[in-house]
Amino acid sequence: MDPIASLSRLWRDEHSRSVIIQILAVVLIFGLFAYLVRNAIVNLEAIGKGFSFGYLQEPASYDINQHLIEYTSRSTHFRAMLVGILNTLLVAVSGIALATVLGFSLGVLRLSKNLLANRLAHIYIDYVRNVPVLLHILLVYGIIVNTLPVPREAQSLGDIAFLTNRGLFLPKPIFEPLFLVILGLFAAGIVFTIWFRRYAADIQRKTGEHYPVFWISLGAVLGIPVISYFLIGGPITFEIPALTGFNFSGGMVIRPEFTALWIALSLYTAAFIAEIVRAGIISVNYGQTEASLALGINHGRTLNLVVIPQALRVIVPPLTSQYLNLAKNSSLAIAIGYMDIVATIGGITLNQTGREMECMIIVLLLYLSLSLLISFAMNIYNKRIRLVER
Amino acid sequence: MDWLFLDAAFTGGSRDECSAKAGGACWAVIGERLNLFTYGFYPVAERWRVNLSLVLLIFTLFPILFEKAPYRKYALHIAVAFPFVTAWLLVGGLGLTPVETDQFGGFMLTLVIGITGIGFSLPIGILLALGRQSKLPAIQIFSIGFIEFIRGVPLITLLFVASTMLNYFLPPGVTFDLLLRVLIMVTLFASAYMAEVIRGGLQAIPKGQFEAADSMGLRYWSAMRLIVLPQAMKISIPGIVNTFIGLYKDTTLVIIIGLLDPLGIGRASLADTRWTGLSTEVYLFVAIFFFISCFGMARYSQHLENKLETDHKR
Repeated sequence: MDPIASLSRLWRDEHSRSVIIQILAVVLIFGLFAYLVRNAIVNLEAIGKGFSFGYLQEPASYDINQHLIEYTSRSTHFRAMLVGILNTLLVAVSGIALATVLGFSLGVLRLSKNLLANRLAHIYIDYVRNVPVLLHILLVYGIIVNTLPVPREAQSLGDIAFLTNRGLFLPKPIFEPLFLVILGLFAAGIVFTIWFRRYAADIQRKTGEHYPVFWISLGAVLGIPVISYFLIGGPITFEIPALTGFNFSGGMVIRPEFTALWIALSLYTAAFIAEIVRAGIISVNYGQTEASLALGINHGRTLNLVVIPQALRVIVPPLTSQYLNLAKNSSLAIAIGYMDIVATIGGITLNQTGREMECMIIVLLLYLSLSLLISFAMNIYNKRIRLVER
Repeated sequence: MDWLFLDAAFTGGSRDECSAKAGGACWAVIGERLNLFTYGFYPVAERWRVNLSLVLLIFTLFPILFEKAPYRKYALHIAVAFPFVTAWLLVGGLGLTPVETDQFGGFMLTLVIGITGIGFSLPIGILLALGRQSKLPAIQIFSIGFIEFIRGVPLITLLFVASTMLNYFLPPGVTFDLLLRVLIMVTLFASAYMAEVIRGGLQAIPKGQFEAADSMGLRYWSAMRLIVLPQAMKISIPGIVNTFIGLYKDTTLVIIIGLLDPLGIGRASLADTRWTGLSTEVYLFVAIFFFISCFGMARYSQHLENKLETDHKR
């Protein structure tokens, strides 16, 4: 048999054809990878650069104006990277929180029967969704920097906090040892609340008797710690910021870069979340609400116990991808000089050390892990609220 | 409202002249720099080429968007020829004066990146989506790996990769133009998102359709082209257009690696001492441009959905 005929027979057989295609694909893709890596090695050698992460232990010698952990310009690049990671996490987490609250409110407003509220929410959502997020960030930042007063003419809030275009200066709490007692009481309150909610739900299932769960929880978590705080005699003192020269010193400061990024990302993502929430609520059949009302359950409890649990099943998967988008969009921080992952390790460190390859690999891996982390957490939540079928 | 129109100054040579005239917004900065906002630093003598490209763009899009266009049967041929003709017009060579791509800027740059990304991400996205649904494990794993990697990292880090380290991976001596590297990255980025949208459409097609195509004796590609994809694409129109809009908005990120799109031009204008502090006016102007284009796309997609609606209306 001649070779061409046997080859074409192999090609016509579905099984052998799929094996051939896959082998070709694997060879092609690995060949491409090998070629790229070889090029990189040749190029790096040509300019005399190695490939190592040793530079992470060298001193960074640049300043980061917002650091949640101890950091000076003598710290290492690795420390700078940690500061960047924490700053990214800070803006991502606070952004997700604010965007969720705003998004749910806007989504409910969009369904409101009040024509004005409905139209205003609609216009707002349409505007925000059709304008790039980077533009929002720059616009908010521009407004903050250009309209707030300079430190000398600071807007004083009761002489303890000051609003300026260099940031919001707040009193910094200094904790005394006795404060640990309050923290302990607070933690105990949370544990008690978790137990009490289960207990109350159990009683309600058995007897139908209904406890005021909300008020008792509030008392346990906030009431008792606050009362004991005053009984002990306020074991916190505050360091109040003061104007020295051209700027304030002492106290805590919320910088305009963080505020602008936080507000802009939240407003932007909230518009998308609002549409998701609206779709979710619409997807719950109106018959469910009617049935619940017919059983004599009031409007608020109908929304909480009947409509929202069912709407959440539709809302959570797309909500996850909005959270991911927010976390990834926080990388735009670099445009206004907020020191996040991209600005520290992928920006100044990269430019100082000239190690593009290593820095970018670190940045990409960090974002991949952040994305996976959020997906993972939301998948667990999604499993808990999913419709349990037989 | 007062600030926007009634108290606003529309002419003037600097911010001080504006505020002398009126207490509201100062739009003179836009008027003075309108050409910069439109063409970037494209040489003045060659700007007719940009204008001609825009005319060609409208000529190409018209038969695709509207069914009643007289030359609709050639729409596909025109669409295939368009990128080459325009690239030649804009970059030059072959008889035209060459123009360096770092002189591209303004709305023109937004359109170049946006339309290239939109045009190329759709076919690549379809291939990736089919790859992810494929029965061949090797192809499937590569598609999933690629899609999930791209979706897991922000576009800005990919652009940094393009601007700082992509040249290391090319053979020694070969360098790519920065704009070309950006175009490649933006297209790959949008393709991954596009693939996920189309996968949603593919999953919504009932299994019977695949089986029917098989039993008709259609090969894989014929079955996909004639039976599965037309239905899947129809379902995924809203998602596809959303991806287009997202990509179009993401073109603004190129300012971070130094290309001057309208936002970049705006920031450069604000650095001018005569116009410093007018960020609100400049950014609002750019926002209006993006709003009009994105809102237009969204409206067209709604129109398309209604047109392709073949179910019975309730």
